[in-house]
Amino acid sequence: MSSPTDSSAEAAPRHDAMREQLLSDVSACLGSALLQSHINVGNDLCVRVATDTWATSAAALKTSLGFDYFCFLSAIDWLPSPFGKGEEDPTAEPVERDTEIKQGLAGGETRLQVFARIVNHRTHVGITMKADVPDATPVVPSWVSVFTGANWHEREAHEMFGISFAGHPDLRNMYLPTDFEGHPLRKDFPLLARMVKPWPGIVDVEPLPGGGDEDDAEGSAE
Amino acid sequence: MTIIGDRQQLAYIASQAADARVNVELETEGMTLNIGPQHPATHGTLRIIARLDGEQVLWAEPSCGYMHRGYEKLTEVRTFPQVTALVNRIDWLGSFANEVPFILAAEQLMEIEAPPRAQWIRTILFELSRIANVSLFLGDLGVQLGAITPVFFAFRDREYVLNLIEGATGGRFHPNFDRIGGLKDDLPAGWVDETRAVMKKMRKFCDEIENLLFGNEIFESRTRGIGVIPRDVALQYGMSGANLRASGVDWDLRRDQSLPMAWDKVDWKVWTHLDGDSYARCWIRLQETRESTYIVERLLDTLPSGPVMTKVPRIIKVPEGEAWVSTENPLGEMGYYVVSKGDLGPFRVKIRSASFNNISIVPWLLKGVYVPDIITILASLYFILGDIDR
Repeated sequence: MSSPTDSSAEAAPRHDAMREQLLSDVSACLGSALLQSHINVGNDLCVRVATDTWATSAAALKTSLGFDYFCFLSAIDWLPSPFGKGEEDPTAEPVERDTEIKQGLAGGETRLQVFARIVNHRTHVGITMKADVPDATPVVPSWVSVFTGANWHEREAHEMFGISFAGHPDLRNMYLPTDFEGHPLRKDFPLLARMVKPWPGIVDVEPLPGGGDEDDAEGSAE
Repeated sequence: MTIIGDRQQLAYIASQAADARVNVELETEGMTLNIGPQHPATHGTLRIIARLDGEQVLWAEPSCGYMHRGYEKLTEVRTFPQVTALVNRIDWLGSFANEVPFILAAEQLMEIEAPPRAQWIRTILFELSRIANVSLFLGDLGVQLGAITPVFFAFRDREYVLNLIEGATGGRFHPNFDRIGGLKDDLPAGWVDETRAVMKKMRKFCDEIENLLFGNEIFESRTRGIGVIPRDVALQYGMSGANLRASGVDWDLRRDQSLPMAWDKVDWKVWTHLDGDSYARCWIRLQETRESTYIVERLLDTLPSGPVMTKVPRIIKVPEGEAWVSTENPLGEMGYYVVSKGDLGPFRVKIRSASFNNISIVPWLLKGVYVPDIITILASLYFILGDIDR
């Protein structure tokens, strides 16, 4: 990965020949399973595969392109949080918030997405894989048969996002008590501490009284 | 599996065959052994449930979550600069190293880069965190085997490094010193000379530990050929750091990716070991600690002058996008997948911590080992509870 601010960046649109080559290899390997892709120049290649090929695509990339190092697997809830950042006074009228679901790199159609990262340990190049999780039945194929290490990561994603992994041997809770209700990392799960009291630290990002002075700019990261 | 030597291959086969052998030679009664969550050998609140047959483990399963603090959820209600205060506490022994990949990810999204001097100081503090962290591992290793002395040496000498970190950042354990665009402050006067002196002391500490433990017969017999992880298994489980290099995979994120850090500006060596056993993991960490002291010294030699902070807006809004940055932390690969929607705070942060993957191998690894080896294998895998549960 090269640094994000190459000095040549301003002059021409940036190219990442290595990842473009990688993308053509990946698309040749996956065929129609590959739905969309995005190259984060100098940093990452992100591919979105069809949900039912989630596990078979990983297996294909592992065997034919040598992506044999399993880095992580998790999920994203793209729903904008109905609670904001909890900075408002909880007794005030609730504010109107954006509810449009907008997916990130490599697109998508569903609210929940699983994403994972695998790396070729010889070339040290990794790719981020994403797949949509159907809204009605949040089930995706399990990676355990491809990467044994996905076991715990899928258990974590299961309890935090309520996604099931078909073929996972044992989807017990990893952190939470067995009788815990709800999926904490979903955006519609309220963070209770913020519901009762606004976050005092939010004061930090408000401009100081008297206006900002120039030579104090370093303090902005406080 | 082609890489590991004969002795390791035999040990690996023997441990796999151990299951099959149970209940054949001796009639023994099965029992369930609960280790932890409060147990001196678990470095915190890791609980291990092991089903035994006599002295042999049939099945073992770590039970996590006694220290789950929900950082991934909390980051969603913090601003970007506030997140470093949280992630500091993931791996609390090497806390500065936790801040770096997150800050780098935010900088990547904002398309800014810290000035050279800040990159150098970041790298130096990163390596000091590693030395402080791993020196405690080296001392603790002895305790797990009944040798008390090394841990006193470790606590004594780690204090020098913590003093340096405190001198530069103001915090012994939770510096919260890294900023988007640079560092909070420059180094104090006299710090560079002090650091050089401490690095010499730390090398002496490494020699002492090497003399005390690594030639010791008890230590060798308790770790050689025990807990062997072949390289293909290590890769599948996403083992990283010294655990992966001890299985013969030559991969160090400090060397093998280019980040705006100073590791590629100096000359140093990546240590690997082919055995994949507990001994190899401990040995790699010893060598890496020593190597880190050289990295720090060489970086101090080439420390550039200039500002430590680039110009950033007073209120930091990170542009929309996704970034993945991981670094070679004391425990292994620590990465953050940061999703920003152009707000003051991140939309989602996936924290990929090293210990979570490193410990997920435990059910596989403990199968067939003897009860006393549980402790040495866990010690050699080296985890920090906060790094598992986050």
